[in-house]
Amino acid sequence: MSNPVQEKDLDVLDSQEQVRFETLVLPHLDAAFNLARWLLRSRADAEDAAQEALLRAYRFFHGFHGGDARAWLLQIVRNTCYTWLDKNRRVKDMTEFNEEVHGLPSPSPETLAIASNDRDRLSEALKSLPPRYREVIVLRELEGCSYKEIASITSIPIGTVMSTLSRARRQLQMALGNAAPKEATHGV
Amino acid sequence: MACERAETLVHGYFDNELDALRAAEFESHLEQCSECVAALDALESLRSSINVAQPYEKMSPALRKKILANLHVKGASVKAPLRATTDWQWLAVAAAFLLLIYGGWRIASLNRVDSRETMMASKIVDAHLRSLQPGHLEDVISTDQHTVKPWFDGKIDFAPPVRDFTEQGYPLQGGRLDVVDNRTVAALVYGRRKHVLNVFIWPTSGKDAAPRTGSIQGYQWIDWRKQGMEFYAVSDVSASDLDQLQRLFSN
Repeated sequence: MSNPVQEKDLDVLDSQEQVRFETLVLPHLDAAFNLARWLLRSRADAEDAAQEALLRAYRFFHGFHGGDARAWLLQIVRNTCYTWLDKNRRVKDMTEFNEEVHGLPSPSPETLAIASNDRDRLSEALKSLPPRYREVIVLRELEGCSYKEIASITSIPIGTVMSTLSRARRQLQMALGNAAPKEATHGV
Repeated sequence: MACERAETLVHGYFDNELDALRAAEFESHLEQCSECVAALDALESLRSSINVAQPYEKMSPALRKKILANLHVKGASVKAPLRATTDWQWLAVAAAFLLLIYGGWRIASLNRVDSRETMMASKIVDAHLRSLQPGHLEDVISTDQHTVKPWFDGKIDFAPPVRDFTEQGYPLQGGRLDVVDNRTVAALVYGRRKHVLNVFIWPTSGKDAAPRTGSIQGYQWIDWRKQGMEFYAVSDVSASDLDQLQRLFSN
């Protein structure tokens, strides 16, 4: 009662909107986290970014008038992550960022035993790509987004999604060290 | 001799993003361009190394809980800090004790029901797996609920609620009859990205029941009862995807 304005930092949606939010947006929490995790290259940072992005999504939900809720949410996640990256660039330049500290996820022990090498290799390769390439790989290969969805999430014109993916994949192939022989020609 | 298409079009082809005409053109080009064939192979092997590495990272349960609480999702509220008065503490201890007794009793009395449910769920998962055999998925293939619904007429003695949820990301793909636990049931087939979801429906005399969920051999299932129908949805999608489908059906 004393300071209602400060207390109320997040408006509650009316019950109908709340249901709509829960039905349309909440199923994509993992997608939101996964994108943030790969864009920020750290689980810990992704946790903060995902939280922030979801709060924003909630706040701006009245502006969502149907359509692809996953793309809408991922767009917010992406913007949050880029803001975050910009803000932290200076700090990161000064202190070497330590990936190991944040640790990797824990898949089941069986798969870990077999895949730990593949997993680390891919993880390192993916992290080595610039964010603009990393995001199209994550959206296409991990999230299964269509070109249209990728365009709407990343604001890349739909006509250039294919060529962006092409460059991103080439770079990932090279980072993994299994580029196709033709990659050597690097034709124009 | 660098083929330009090996740099660009091959991606659209690989991702199923070319329209039918361009895809056909590219296929005939593939027959004479070893470079594009190699590029396509390389893309396939890239995708399989990504799949093997399983880089998809899900949100931790703790974070999920925190976010849900922040977003006023019911049933997710974080515990409000109790004031540390003696009264409260005693009350809490008493409540915990009662809960413990009640919990023990529930577990004891529900055990039998649980094992029956597990058996049912495993039958449902079996039916789902059967449906994935080539040619078994749909008897009527249509994305139109007005085609699928009448198809069931006369084949079964109840009318399953057939609805398309393409807009919400669950396109109806068709339906079929199936037999589960010696009873003929309606099965609706939905797509979810690249996954297949089966929703088994049959009439029941039971009261409406809130969804119960579980997983068997990596397949998620969710079961609920509404307006005299029993619903069992099963798939290899995430549990939250199934939850969403359940909510769509219940709206």
